[in-house]
Amino acid sequence: MLDDKDRIFTNIYGFDGPDLASARRRGVWADTAGIIRKGGAWIIDEVKNSGLRGRGGAGFSTGMKWSFMPKPSGLPHYLLVNADESEPGTCKDRDILRYDPHRLLEGALVAAFAIGAHTVYIYVRGEFYHEALVLQRAIDEAYANGLLGKNAARSGWDCDVYLHRGAGAYVCGEETALMESLEGKKGQPRNKPPFPANAGLYSCPTTVNNVETIASVPEILRRGAAWFSRFGRPKNTGTKLFCISGHVNQPCNVEEAMSIPLRELIEKHAGGVRGGWDNLLAVIPGGSSTPVLPWDICGTVLMDFDALREVHSSFGTGGVIVMDRSTDIIYAIARISAFYKHESCGQCTPCREGIPWLARMMARMVEGNATVEEIDMMLDITKEIEGHTICAFADGAVWPIQGLIRHFKPQMIKRIEEYRKKAKAA
Amino acid sequence: MPKLTIDGKTIEVADGTSVMQACEQLGIEIPHFCYHDKLSVAASCRMCLVEIEKMPKPVPSCAQPCAEGMVVHTDTPAVRKARRAAMELLLINHPLDCPICDQGGECDLQDQAVAYGVSMGRMREPKRAVAEKDFGPLIKTAMTRCIHCTRCVRFVDEICGTPELGGMFRGENLEIGTYVERALTSELSGNLIDLCPVGALTNKPHAFQNRAWEYKKTESVDVLDAVGSNIRIDTCGNEVMRVVPQRNEDVNEDWISDKTRFAIDGLTVQRLDRPYIRKNGKLEPASWDEALALVAEKMHACSPSHVAALAGDLVDCETMFAMKTLLQFIGSPNMDCRQDGASYDVSSRSSYIMNTTIKRLEEADAVLLVGTNPRHEAPMVNARLRKRWLRGGCRIGLVGDPVDLGYPYKHLGDTPDALLSLARDEGDFSAVLKNATKPAFLVGSGALARSDGNAILNVVKMLAEYFNAVREDWNGFNVLQRVASRVGGLDLGFIPQRKGFGTQAVLNGAAEFVWLLGVDELDFKKIGGAFVVYQGHHGDKGAQRADVILPGAAYTEKSATYVNTEGRPQHAWRATFPPGDAREDWKIIHAVADAYGVPLPFKTLEALREKMAEAVPLLATSDSVEKAPWVGAGSIVGVVNVPFTSVIDNFYMTDPISRASATMAKCTRDILPLLKKEGTA
Repeated sequence: MLDDKDRIFTNIYGFDGPDLASARRRGVWADTAGIIRKGGAWIIDEVKNSGLRGRGGAGFSTGMKWSFMPKPSGLPHYLLVNADESEPGTCKDRDILRYDPHRLLEGALVAAFAIGAHTVYIYVRGEFYHEALVLQRAIDEAYANGLLGKNAARSGWDCDVYLHRGAGAYVCGEETALMESLEGKKGQPRNKPPFPANAGLYSCPTTVNNVETIASVPEILRRGAAWFSRFGRPKNTGTKLFCISGHVNQPCNVEEAMSIPLRELIEKHAGGVRGGWDNLLAVIPGGSSTPVLPWDICGTVLMDFDALREVHSSFGTGGVIVMDRSTDIIYAIARISAFYKHESCGQCTPCREGIPWLARMMARMVEGNATVEEIDMMLDITKEIEGHTICAFADGAVWPIQGLIRHFKPQMIKRIEEYRKKAKAA
Repeated sequence: MPKLTIDGKTIEVADGTSVMQACEQLGIEIPHFCYHDKLSVAASCRMCLVEIEKMPKPVPSCAQPCAEGMVVHTDTPAVRKARRAAMELLLINHPLDCPICDQGGECDLQDQAVAYGVSMGRMREPKRAVAEKDFGPLIKTAMTRCIHCTRCVRFVDEICGTPELGGMFRGENLEIGTYVERALTSELSGNLIDLCPVGALTNKPHAFQNRAWEYKKTESVDVLDAVGSNIRIDTCGNEVMRVVPQRNEDVNEDWISDKTRFAIDGLTVQRLDRPYIRKNGKLEPASWDEALALVAEKMHACSPSHVAALAGDLVDCETMFAMKTLLQFIGSPNMDCRQDGASYDVSSRSSYIMNTTIKRLEEADAVLLVGTNPRHEAPMVNARLRKRWLRGGCRIGLVGDPVDLGYPYKHLGDTPDALLSLARDEGDFSAVLKNATKPAFLVGSGALARSDGNAILNVVKMLAEYFNAVREDWNGFNVLQRVASRVGGLDLGFIPQRKGFGTQAVLNGAAEFVWLLGVDELDFKKIGGAFVVYQGHHGDKGAQRADVILPGAAYTEKSATYVNTEGRPQHAWRATFPPGDAREDWKIIHAVADAYGVPLPFKTLEALREKMAEAVPLLATSDSVEKAPWVGAGSIVGVVNVPFTSVIDNFYMTDPISRASATMAKCTRDILPLLKKEGTA
């Protein structure tokens, strides 16, 4: 179990205040100028060495992403902080925003400096009204105390931070859709290339990072890459906020070391599965878009990027959704499909046409009003959609169905047979 | 110049070429819906996916730039599967109503379904249905058929500059529309019909007429403005059913204006299909023999110096040449092809054509518009200007009516004073022109039809010289003509000859015998008691005043030569025959000449063209522009400082054909008020 001294997010439960004075007491904004004085190259190297991978779901190396930013060329550089946390089952960024906003702002300054940006936009999910208020208060406080703006935190670097509230579209959490939305357009993902590092916001070099990623950077730099990379397995290092929800005794957000066994995570921090471990049916390990894992895999799997990929799932955002044996797993996945049907932007054919189709079939599967062949047909359709669209939304929308069919096909067949029997009797 | 391999074939392409374009160069067809080479790339239909080695997922070939050493496969099982998938998913919600769909036979979805689709649908769920939308009198919608390629949205955004369409809602509820329902106001909106790959946007006046494959297709030239857009005339029997654009990168690219496309229903109504003679104040049907004899008799009756001929806006070169030959034979010097009364110096060709040419406008880095509304006077030129502006690095100024042109410009004033102050280096636009390497000046024909037209012409010429726009490699002086006959008429010298008179004098009652070749825009009361012969195709204003009507052929009914505002001679081809007893115009003149007793020296159209080529050699060329020698600015004395005004009040009704068109009347009723309200007209 992670020692308290090794935690980055020391106020994730809001026991302390979100204000500047309290944040300073927790060590935020401690010698930020000193970090910046070490130079952009040093910062990027240190972040690379720490092995920090993006905490928003894709898990791309953060230091690597920053190093893609071009040399200064007269065009402004932008840092976008993605606070559009909308993935069902995920609620870590929200608690950073409302309890530890200064940690995010400090990270924003350091990251902006590292990539040569003087402007930071924090795109906050529209539904996070309270969080936006807290964050704006923190921004105002930081400006009033010289931590942002001209010569921010006496580092010699000018950095302006703007808060922008979204309008409640899941897809705006996709980095290019986020940029479109920020530019005032309809939130639809852009085709890549060009990649944001070359032509992002307003066609200028842009880096987009998740709230948690940015907020952990100053602490990593203060304590050193070696400290951070001590946790977890190689390539999956560091600490991570996990969000545990569903059929556990104590749902919670918790910071833990990467690669912690899933069972340990649930039992130690969330008070165990309701009715004991044997009552567990399945776990969605990384937010609603990741494929579900059945009980037997849950007992052994480690919570990190590579281990979960090996079992055909994904680490995602670390939003662990626990389901015990009272769950109708087919209904659960059908509900997720309905969510993705509602959130598709409608740009690409496979996603716009395919996902509603799947969602409607899933709704029939819940009743059992289907044929056994349709299960395989659904799998075939998910393969027609996966990887054929502009952004990863469609992938995330079909994975839950693929996971369901992979692990719970017998239950689906049983449901269909029961429905047939009932229909015949009637 | 990256070199890449596609399906085993190596090709070197220009920088920035997309994989799809490279495939096209190799003759490999990549199916697509949302991609259009004149629009930005959406990459959303996912039909053009190809496999590229070292890339984890199939990539859309329309959006992927070619890179050195790329290895592309366009026909692998994965690619075929992706195409089949896209096709299946497009079709699940597409109503399979091809039998009643006007797009049938020229539908991308239909064609590609044959090539890449499967014969069975797998979806058991109900299909999506979308409410129809009213886009005005020109475009019929069937939004259930929409496949959301967004070509239409991109077209109105990028080419028209009237962002009226957008995608509303999201996911499967995505709908293309105007949000608050209203008619589309763009003068190019008809092109949406061609752009739409399915039957969602179709030609409203042409709805349920015929199948595309039943038409006889004739490539021709449009004459309803001076651009000379290349068109294809689709006919069924002896009726023009529709007009669609033909690609000509130098002139109209892939587009035509709404007037060009939709005014054709005017070709079947109000037609003069037999000769008429005025008897006791009333026009009564007559035979050709009677009419010809009467015209010859009246011509004999008055002295040649009092015989005059005026040519209207839609008249072809052959007709004017025949007329001029006849007048020369009988000894009359009185002719004019400028019914708007313009009388500026036309001794050099460079003073009345668009010297820059339409295509090279794309090179200009500063443009000054003088007394013109190109959006309505020459929509295709305006589209070019917008294209140029969109690319960046070009500032545009306007002296005249500050109307909405679809791109921002600096309004420098509305009187000739604004031009003179440019020459005095006043204002920052003067600096813009001075710093420009290729400045272009466009003066509208309306500005030159004023009493001080010649002085205005010289002012603009002077500006062009002052800002170094007239050089060996660049001539930035342009006259934006508005009517199709004008440049051809001036090339033929269809203007008052020595001791002759023109339009103004005819309006002062100088002529005793006036032959009107499709002249309808005059104040006919002023002609006085002259004997008026009207030769034309529509019973419009000119025919009402006529004493004899000789029924001629409209532009779709004769093979003829027209010269556009660039000075580009182009050939129109006959698509249908003139109705009833109407005849081709040069033949009518020939017949009158015979009746008069001075047979013209040509018996066939070919012979006429030979003679015409002897007189004006450049009319024998086709689809090319000859550089005109520059004649410097003359005197600018006489400029009257009154504002330039728009020459076109109603874009949809500018000539006898569009005035007769029911569709154009609907546009006048439904769209024009919107334009007026929004400051476009």
